Amino acid sequence: MNIHEYQAKQLFEKYGIPCPKGAATSSKDDFESCIDGLGEGLIVVKSQIHAGGRGKGTFTDGFQGGVKLAKSKEEALEFANRMLNNTLVTIQTGPAGREVQTIYFTEGADIEKEYYLAILMDRATSTPVVVASTEGGVEIEKVAEGTPDKIFKAYVDPTIGLQPHQARGIAFKLGFEGKQAGACAKLIFNLYKMFWENDADMVEVNPLISTTDGGVSALDAKVSFDSNALYRHKDIVALRDLNEEDPKEIEASKFDLNYIALDGNIACLVNGAGLAMATMDIINHCGGEAANFLDVGGGATADQVTAAFKIILSDPKVEGILVNIFGGIMQCDVIAEGVIAAAKAVSLDKPLVVRLEGTNVERGKQLLADSGIEITSADSLADAAQKIVDIVASN
Amino acid sequence: MSVLVNKDTRVVFTGITGKSGGFHAKQCMDYGTNVVAGVTPGKGGQTFEDKVPVFNTVSDSIENAGANTACVFVPPPFAADSILECLDAGIELIIAITEGIPVNDMAKVKRKLLEANARLIGPNCPGVITPGECKIGIMPGYIHKPGTVGIVSRSGTLTYEAVWQVTSLGYGQSTCIGIGGDPINGTNHTDAIKLFNEDPDTEAIVMIGEIGGDAEESAAAYIKENVKKPVAGFIAGTTAPPGRRMGHAGAIVSGGSGTAEAKIAAMEAAGIVVAKTPSDMGTALLEAWGK
Repeated sequence: MNIHEYQAKQLFEKYGIPCPKGAATSSKDDFESCIDGLGEGLIVVKSQIHAGGRGKGTFTDGFQGGVKLAKSKEEALEFANRMLNNTLVTIQTGPAGREVQTIYFTEGADIEKEYYLAILMDRATSTPVVVASTEGGVEIEKVAEGTPDKIFKAYVDPTIGLQPHQARGIAFKLGFEGKQAGACAKLIFNLYKMFWENDADMVEVNPLISTTDGGVSALDAKVSFDSNALYRHKDIVALRDLNEEDPKEIEASKFDLNYIALDGNIACLVNGAGLAMATMDIINHCGGEAANFLDVGGGATADQVTAAFKIILSDPKVEGILVNIFGGIMQCDVIAEGVIAAAKAVSLDKPLVVRLEGTNVERGKQLLADSGIEITSADSLADAAQKIVDIVASN
Repeated sequence: MSVLVNKDTRVVFTGITGKSGGFHAKQCMDYGTNVVAGVTPGKGGQTFEDKVPVFNTVSDSIENAGANTACVFVPPPFAADSILECLDAGIELIIAITEGIPVNDMAKVKRKLLEANARLIGPNCPGVITPGECKIGIMPGYIHKPGTVGIVSRSGTLTYEAVWQVTSLGYGQSTCIGIGGDPINGTNHTDAIKLFNEDPDTEAIVMIGEIGGDAEESAAAYIKENVKKPVAGFIAGTTAPPGRRMGHAGAIVSGGSGTAEAKIAAMEAAGIVVAKTPSDMGTALLEAWGK
């Protein structure tokens, strides 16, 4: 789960991680009071969307830049008015862009130098890792490719946590000295505490800056959380912004379904994440394109399958449906009941190809055959994929 | 012959009195698995299916029923604790089926595993089966058949797909290992490939992977150096959009790494026959095997 920058900064403040003072609002009426609460000097006006590349983004009305530096209160108000409820397109939003519904004002910072700092779970070592670089404000992947010697890492033993010497070590490698090195080490230490205590998936500060007055500060913040751990973080769940998510994905999450909207026209309903991906792949291989990824999971009920059907049918792009079930935990007759219930609940007017295999397969096939619903059955995954691609192409 | 589990394996199910734990314990028993005990704290003294004793602790199940392998079916918030309990009690093989364990919990478990003389399979996996002898997990038993093909996979249903194709072509499996779809797992592709490589009765290997991480690349490098047995494979997620988690917590292409293309290239460079579609896994095996 992702959160906005201003929400991440609120968490930073709670953990004593220095960042520029700021205030966020979704209402034009509050712009002035937000700005008035900040100190004198430059004001940064930041569009809040869950996507990177905001600074270099363009609004659909032609306004340039989702992050702007204002020299006066008047200029800040002008920028904020242009951004709010406008649609921002960045390299990460796709061409449709994302509507900006919250503006975040922060005090300008006296930047001495920019750095990169992140904490994430390293899969190869199964431990958290602190990643830092002297090259801040740019994409870390590019730094890793071009100048890997400028990236420093500290692997953390998760049973004892980040040790102060590791945080100091990173600060010195970044070139900090004296009190500033201490301030940087403290920031890294507190950032790890926040990462671990909240089950964050990743915390990224890009850039981390040193300031001309000898301090360090987190200028930007990108934080995401481990969905599997949200049950123990009600305060984090409260930060979820449904405006940032696809309505179909929100609906799916209510039923514990793994659904991801895609661009194609063939919907698929599959059990198991690996098989669901492989089903998308084989639709593509047969010349079609999947409209979604949908894993109904291992223990799905008839209600969940019905919900899944309603969700994929609510996508206007969908011209055909492929159901591919290999029953293990999930029994084929349960899937069949769900398909029948869903077809009766909604007016199923799209071609449907069903491939069932596994536990209770005969009963499942019989239920479908007796249902009176028009279904093309398939014997193998390749057969099923080819059939749905051909049917959709011929319609 | 086989790896990890066989007819002598003595299994304890943790979470046996839960709905899915009970359902699958029964399925495993019906398959012929030697389920000797169940564990549910507070329900010690009960009997499961009129014959399997339920204990309060894993230690009790070892002491009183001689359990040596555990199948963890405990819900996600308590699953890491159940795995650690198995480790502390001295269980040698722990197979964790549970999906949705927080990654921080697994990071701690993984650290403890380094000091323990035990192997963890999973979590978020279908389990392990040696056809005709022992099924520990949630896979449908009837699609398997005793034989000499070792299968390892991060995905449950995609494993069934591969097993079904191999069986339909007339070949059986020595052992099938589901290593799970989480970013942190107890046993990875390379570990499983080593087991199959050293097993005299495994003649050929199928390795199924998916986007995310670089475990398949590491396994491919190991195979190139060490494995003479024929290996076929498949990677799911060629069409998955970058930056999205595809159902499995570990299935994500991030920052350009963990792509299907990179994995397929590494596998092909190691001499593995990689199936073009999930329907071709069986025929890819035959090609690698020269059958």
